[in-house]
Formats: sequence, structure tokens, C-alpha cells
Amino acid sequence: MPREGILDPEGQTIGRALGELGYEEVGSVRAGRVIRLTLEADDEREALERTAGMCEELLANPVIEDYEIDVREVGG
Amino acid sequence: MRFGIVRFPGSNCDQDCFKSVTEGLGEEAFYLWHRQTGLEGADVVLLPGGFAYGDYLRAGAIARFSPIMKAVEAFARRGGPVLGICNGFQILCEAGLLPGALARNAGLRFLSHDVHLRVECTDTPFTNAYREGQVLRMPLSHGEGRYVADEATLDRLEEEGRVVFRYVDEEGRATDRANPNGSLRSIAGVTNGGRNVVGLMPHPDRAYHEILGSADGLGVFRSALEAAAGAAS
Repeated sequence: MPREGILDPEGQTIGRALGELGYEEVGSVRAGRVIRLTLEADDEREALERTAGMCEELLANPVIEDYEIDVREVGG
Repeated sequence: MRFGIVRFPGSNCDQDCFKSVTEGLGEEAFYLWHRQTGLEGADVVLLPGGFAYGDYLRAGAIARFSPIMKAVEAFARRGGPVLGICNGFQILCEAGLLPGALARNAGLRFLSHDVHLRVECTDTPFTNAYREGQVLRMPLSHGEGRYVADEATLDRLEEEGRVVFRYVDEEGRATDRANPNGSLRSIAGVTNGGRNVVGLMPHPDRAYHEILGSADGLGVFRSALEAAAGAAS
């Protein structure tokens, strides 16, 4: 997700389009991306730590992007 | 003088760089494949424009993990001259060799047209053949060229004279109108603390000869020669 204070022209354009569709209640729109990955980990904490490392090193560019991590257990 | 031009899968201005050096400058150029781990004795390293790895994830994000980038980083840290043009600039930022990042153009469009640049500092190996304040014309061609960094970084770049090129109008004024992509402070190119690594979004390699519409970009390559001559004397 573009960091606060970083101009997000894509989000702005989506926001304008929503307004034109009649969704006038829409305030700010920020457009980012979702990356879904599976990994093996002993527990949620480990999964979170490993994923945070991936975000810092590759998945996000901390100069311009923030990230949030959502960990869910899947079968296996 | 030997210029090594790094080719990533998706580089497409490698030949422009090659011809700038060989035809424009009359010096030797050779290609370095991104899987290589050495620079084969290059005196100057060029990271050309293009779409390395299809710009997947973010422009330059994957290319920086190519094996050759370790050698490029080591070369840069020893003070070797490294120039990144367009996608090459994006790669240098992603690799942390230059500060800041290149975000989507403010207008969201891919831009491909000539721009005017003002040379802001001449004490780099890629600008010493110019005069400070000189206005150059060359093309740009990118979708992600909006230079972004936090305020503290931008202030530091200004204080240390590390903004190398700025987008300006024909008269050399850095107006909003002359800023094609919304780059903060109209920044088109920057250098590192050691002043040996330079990145810029516009293409000097597409402006090395009058037949291309402008020869203003040739000075970028010629500067590398003069820097080497100066270092040797």
C-alpha cells in the first residue's frame, strides 16, 4: 500500500470513478496489492516474523510502501 | 576505456548504450549477462533501460537479485563509476545504491517524449563534460519515473548537491508544467554519497547523435572518459 503522504494517483482515479458511479460517501482511496503465499511454520509468530522479513527485503519497498500481514492457518 | 553494459532479461536499451559508447564516443563497449558474477574488467558499468524481469512486483525489484548485481555493488563501493538509465536507475534505487524510489507517474500514463533537463552538478563521472545549469534535451520513456523520497532525504540530497538533473522548461526553469511525472522537487537524476553512482530517468543513450534529434546526451558518456583521464593524471 502506498505510504501515507505518498501521492497515489491510481487510488485517486478509482475514487473519482466511484464518485461518478454515485458512491459519493467515498473519502480517500488508496490502491495497493495483495500477495498471497503459503509457508511452513511452527506457529503464527514464526510465520509473521518470516513474512515481515520478506516484506522488508523484497515484497514491499519501504521507501514508498507500507505493508500489513495477515496470517491464517491452512491445512497440511 | 571499456564500458560494460549489463543485460537483464527484458533490457531493451542495451544497444542504445552500446552505440552511444562505440559510435558516439569511439570507445569500447561489451555486454555483461546478468547471470555473470564478474565485470570482466569494465572501467565503467552501465545499467540500461528496459523492463528487466517484466517489471514484475516493482520496476527493478527482481533485477537487483541477479548474480551480477553483487559485482556491481562491490564495484560501486570501491568507487567505480556506475550509471543507471531509466530501468537501470530503478534497479539502482531498489538495490539501495541510490536513495529514493521511482513510483508510478502522477498522470498514470506511460510517457514517451522529449524533455529538458538542467545539469545541477558537474562533479560526477557522468556530468563533468557539461556546465552547471546547462539545459539538455533528450527523450524519456517510462511508466514509473516519479522520483520519491522522504523530506529528510530530499533535504540531504539538496544540501549535499546530489541532485544531478532536474526537469525544466526550455529556459531552464523547474516549473510544475515542465515536470512530466510528478517527481518530487522535479528530480530527474541523483548521485550517491561517493558521487560515483548516478541514475536518471531520461535517456542520454537515445540522444547521442544529431540524427536522433539531439546529441545532448553524449556528454554523459564523454564525462566518464574525462573522469578517467582526470583520475589518471
